[in-house]
Amino acid sequence: MRNNDTISKTLLVAILLCLFCSAIISYTAVSLKDLQEANVRLDMQKKILASANLLDENKTVEELFGSIESKIINLDTGRYDSSINLSSFSERAYARDVNTSTVLSVDQDIATIKRRENYQKVYLHYQNGKISAVILPVRGYGLWGTLYGFLALESDLKTIIGLEFYQHKETAGLGAEVDNPRWKALWEGKKISSETGEILISVIKGSVDKTSPKAQYQVDGLSGATITGRGVSNLLSFWLGDLGYGPYMKEMLSKDEDADV
Amino acid sequence: MSKIKEVLLNPIFNDNPIALQILGICSALAITGSLYPTLIMCVALTVVVSFSSLLVSLIRNHIPNNIRIIVQMTIIATLVMLVDELLQAFDYETSRTLSVFVGLIITNCIVMGRAEAFAMQNGPWLSFVDGLGNGLGYSIILILLAFIKELLGAGTLFGFEILPLVQNGGWYVGNNFLLLAPSSFFLIGLMIWGLRSWKTEQVEAPKYKIAKNSLESEEGA
Repeated sequence: MRNNDTISKTLLVAILLCLFCSAIISYTAVSLKDLQEANVRLDMQKKILASANLLDENKTVEELFGSIESKIINLDTGRYDSSINLSSFSERAYARDVNTSTVLSVDQDIATIKRRENYQKVYLHYQNGKISAVILPVRGYGLWGTLYGFLALESDLKTIIGLEFYQHKETAGLGAEVDNPRWKALWEGKKISSETGEILISVIKGSVDKTSPKAQYQVDGLSGATITGRGVSNLLSFWLGDLGYGPYMKEMLSKDEDADV
Repeated sequence: MSKIKEVLLNPIFNDNPIALQILGICSALAITGSLYPTLIMCVALTVVVSFSSLLVSLIRNHIPNNIRIIVQMTIIATLVMLVDELLQAFDYETSRTLSVFVGLIITNCIVMGRAEAFAMQNGPWLSFVDGLGNGLGYSIILILLAFIKELLGAGTLFGFEILPLVQNGGWYVGNNFLLLAPSSFFLIGLMIWGLRSWKTEQVEAPKYKIAKNSLESEEGA
């Protein structure tokens, strides 16, 4: 029987094995990288389109996404900022970086996101040369973790087209029902704010009383998922408020008025 | 029965890695909520366990004894990362559903167990078949679990509606407990009970017997 337990043999086997395995892994990782990145991008684009009800089974996601323009905005001023590279922008990286984010105080941080990035990427959908949908990335804490999603608004910036989450950790069958198409359909046509601009949209507990004047601002809660529902309400109030897209929406609406004059 | 056939088929009912050896329970609990991801997980594990057994067996005569576990681990980890990379490239949505559980195949006791207990002593072909058999034994339990959990928990199979749920306007009230991981404990328990009633040789001899109640025996005397 060969003696494998000498120091030199042990080192030889270990080194050869490591070299061999790492070569295989590196080769696969490098050769599949493009495909994997394309998958991630495609998935995101699909969710963006889904939030604005733009998915069409007869067309590919790339084709449909052609009608969407993405732009970077400065959340504090509400204006577009072209100094930041669109393709390399990442909300998570910006929110982590001290120089590009704002720490939120406990009172401000209703969505429990701790730091808010100073820039955000928004998506505009054009139809006949006019903006028909504005898609805003939103996020906030639910029961088990942060929900990440997109809120699509009509060009009046008051009426909701849809809300779509692309990442969350809510309980399967309860909070995870935020992905249920029937629940998502409830959002279409709801108003986010009153005439005076107060943000009223919320997920309530139980079913909405359709005769109530508040019904247009309310969405049925998910049974068994009160905390997830509260999280969704909070994240919408935060992102539609002054610390979120408030300044941007004001800027957009005032520009519209100028155009009319 | 030929040796190959025995090695392949034994782990399915006679020596099932989950039901008899009670290994690999973690993934059986966590990812059996719906059938499709479960199926992908089963394929992933079967591929990893058979090829890791094959590779370990191929170099078994050269593995120094004092680093054998880490050598096995390296081979298993390499295969798992390969599978993970392939999943991310070709079935992105499933890879997101399975998330960390593909990576956790590395720590799945079945894979390590077969490499250490079987592949270190047997030839490459036999080791490969042994891995395949154990992968199938694991798969059959997982698929059964996922079938029950998805059908009775969500009213669907492979995402197609079988029992229309109340929240979708149907009549079936889904059992939400079945969508949560702990329900698998009950289901696996029931399966083990069933299997051991059928194959009584799997019943373990009790480790101890409760002594007779001393009071009763005094009264009897």
